[in-house]
Amino acid sequence: MKRTLSVLVENRPGVLTRVAGLFSRRGYNIDSLAVGRTENPSISRMTIVVDGDEQIIEQVCKQLNKLIDVIKLSDITDDPHVGRELMLIKVNAEPAVRGEIMQIVDIFRARIVDIARNSLIIEATGDADKIDALENALRPFGIREVVRTGKIAMLRGAKTKGMEASGDGTGD
Amino acid sequence: MGQETRMRTGARAVMEVLEAEGVELVFGYPGGAVLPLYHELAQTSIRHVLVRHEQNAVHAASGYARTSGRTGVCFATSGPGATNLVTGIATAYMDSVPVVIFTGQVPTSMVGSDAFQETDITGITLPITKHNYLVKDVDELPRIVKEAFYIAGTGRPGPVLIDIPKDVALAPCQTPIPEKVELRGYKPTYQGHPGQLRALARLLKEARRPLLFAGGGVIASGAEGYLRELAEKIQAPVATSLTGLGAFPEDHPLSLGMVGLHGKPCANHAVMECDLLVGLGVRFDDRVTGAVEKFAPQAKIAHVDIDPAEIGKNVRVDLPLVGDIGCVLKELLPLVEPARHPVWLERIKTLRNNYPLTYGPGGEVRPQWVIERLGEMTRGRAIIATDVGQHQMWAALFYGYTEPRTFISSCGLGTMGYGLPAAIGAALACPDKQVWLITGDGSFQMAMAEIGTAVEQGLPLKILLFNNESLAMVRQLQHFYYDKRYTAVKFTGNPDFVRLVECYGAKGLRITKQEEVVPVLAQAMQEECLVLIDCRISEEEMVYPMVLNGAALNEMLLPE
Ligand SMILES: Cc1ncc(C[n+]2csc(CCOP(=O)(O)OP(=O)(O)O)c2C)c(N)n1
Repeated sequence: MKRTLSVLVENRPGVLTRVAGLFSRRGYNIDSLAVGRTENPSISRMTIVVDGDEQIIEQVCKQLNKLIDVIKLSDITDDPHVGRELMLIKVNAEPAVRGEIMQIVDIFRARIVDIARNSLIIEATGDADKIDALENALRPFGIREVVRTGKIAMLRGAKTKGMEASGDGTGD
Repeated sequence: MGQETRMRTGARAVMEVLEAEGVELVFGYPGGAVLPLYHELAQTSIRHVLVRHEQNAVHAASGYARTSGRTGVCFATSGPGATNLVTGIATAYMDSVPVVIFTGQVPTSMVGSDAFQETDITGITLPITKHNYLVKDVDELPRIVKEAFYIAGTGRPGPVLIDIPKDVALAPCQTPIPEKVELRGYKPTYQGHPGQLRALARLLKEARRPLLFAGGGVIASGAEGYLRELAEKIQAPVATSLTGLGAFPEDHPLSLGMVGLHGKPCANHAVMECDLLVGLGVRFDDRVTGAVEKFAPQAKIAHVDIDPAEIGKNVRVDLPLVGDIGCVLKELLPLVEPARHPVWLERIKTLRNNYPLTYGPGGEVRPQWVIERLGEMTRGRAIIATDVGQHQMWAALFYGYTEPRTFISSCGLGTMGYGLPAAIGAALACPDKQVWLITGDGSFQMAMAEIGTAVEQGLPLKILLFNNESLAMVRQLQHFYYDKRYTAVKFTGNPDFVRLVECYGAKGLRITKQEEVVPVLAQAMQEECLVLIDCRISEEEMVYPMVLNGAALNEMLLPE
């Protein structure tokens, strides 16, 4: 079972290590972890996708909440949210197949962001399914390199998972 | 005074916070990178105890904290000084002991360059501290130090480390000590949830065979009075974990003693037969539960703990309740109705009679018997520090603890070498109490250099060293699990411990026969100096009861 956790943390050096270290130390599986600053420069948001049964997810959340630098944690898997990841993918692209690749890129509403003599870099955003599908569609041409950010997510509508929702670090 | 013009350095700001926190005593070991702190420490009235190894500075701070209920403090230098702390920090972490550790670090400009005596101690201690800091900006230092004490001593206590680069300690610091600690990510829950409290009261009312199971959390929150009130009000027997020894007086008729792989038979049976088990500040360690799927099979389990992450971690829990044990019990007491459980208490009595704590035949001087005598002679009031091994389990089983904060031992990590430095910390924290160290020849040799510290500090420690010239607990494991092939457990090069402590100016006594036990213990108690008793015992002694791997708690091996 994959769960998407949205975690507000202090924007301080070492916080990422604490979070990542907690996962490895306790033997949890991180699927992806994306981190960046929020509208408040002193706070970063981590979007963590973790895989595990209910008991494991509960422990992950509780252990994360114990970290002093974790301000607030929400499991947003079941809330309506927009989830996206960004992928850059470099594919082999001899002139003869470029047209075909461009068609695929169009279908997925991705973009070509770099052209070399016989390769292209394509940029795509979307949910994990779409990104996977694009990667599969491009595979026959020969993929040279893939870079993915991991998922970031935001609740739909006016609701936020910001500080004001609840100040205590124990909400689970 | 008169020094007011002296520049206020980061190091001085640290001392101001220590003084504001009421710190009177620190343990430590100096070195170049931490000298700015030492320089300022010397200008304060805070006492410094120079240990013989940094690991023991943390252990001593931990012994101080466990017996006094205050936060222990220690200092060490960068690099090897800092890495020597690791076992001590992990030990304190596992037993939730509040300690604040200061390490010196190479100057900021050299951090990350593999400079002389540099280690990434915050990286190394990340998984074994409650929190840690590398201070990069001197203006953050007052806040960080204040925060560290707050974090170490509140919620579930634990060690907090502050790594201070030398230039930061020497830099001018203008920032005042903040009035308050503001940590938006740290808000421990003390009060119990009212609904859950009522639910627990209901469970207690419905239970016909309730069992209270008290751990270190009871002692940490000073809740032993409430625990006793509850137990008496509902007439429920009380068992404890190893860290919980002393949370409930063992001479009380409702006391069952310690539960676990070497727990008391009656307590273990009670766990298997109760219909409600209320865990109070315990973490259901695997040394408590035995085979976890066979643990407390007939019971609903209620679990009260200040750390939500402990609830449901190891055992299934029917009723979780997050909060400080003291707050929770105080709120719970008016909600529970007085109860009687004559049938259950009758059954407990039968179990007690059918399965007494015994130790079978053995060598000339029986360690269990010696500890029973010690318990009688001190009326269970002395502070007992132990190391790790058979002697630790005998000390847990046969002494008879009557007061909280009188049993100090490395329970979670099982750290040999803990006892002597922890006893030093205890003796400094509680000068009016008798402090006994119960140790083995293996453990003692891991920390015996601290005899120097104890003598230097004039501490009248009493050391009962069970000398079997072996690592007998490991030998016991080899006996049961490795076909009695005793490998690497025999010491043939032990020193004469009596003469050893006499070299330090302390007193050595010896016990080789049973009739010497009481007179020698009595003599040790009379002496005003440090006394070590070299008590010769057989390496073939066993710790019973013993629950073998995979077995349930009531499937104990008992002495024949
Ligand atoms: C630092 C450390 N190393 C190894 C062990 C494993 N160990 C557990 S008990 C024990 C033997 C302890 O011997 P001793 O202190 O003489 O006590 P005894 O069992 O003989 O009473 C050992 C080696 C440990 N607990 N801690």
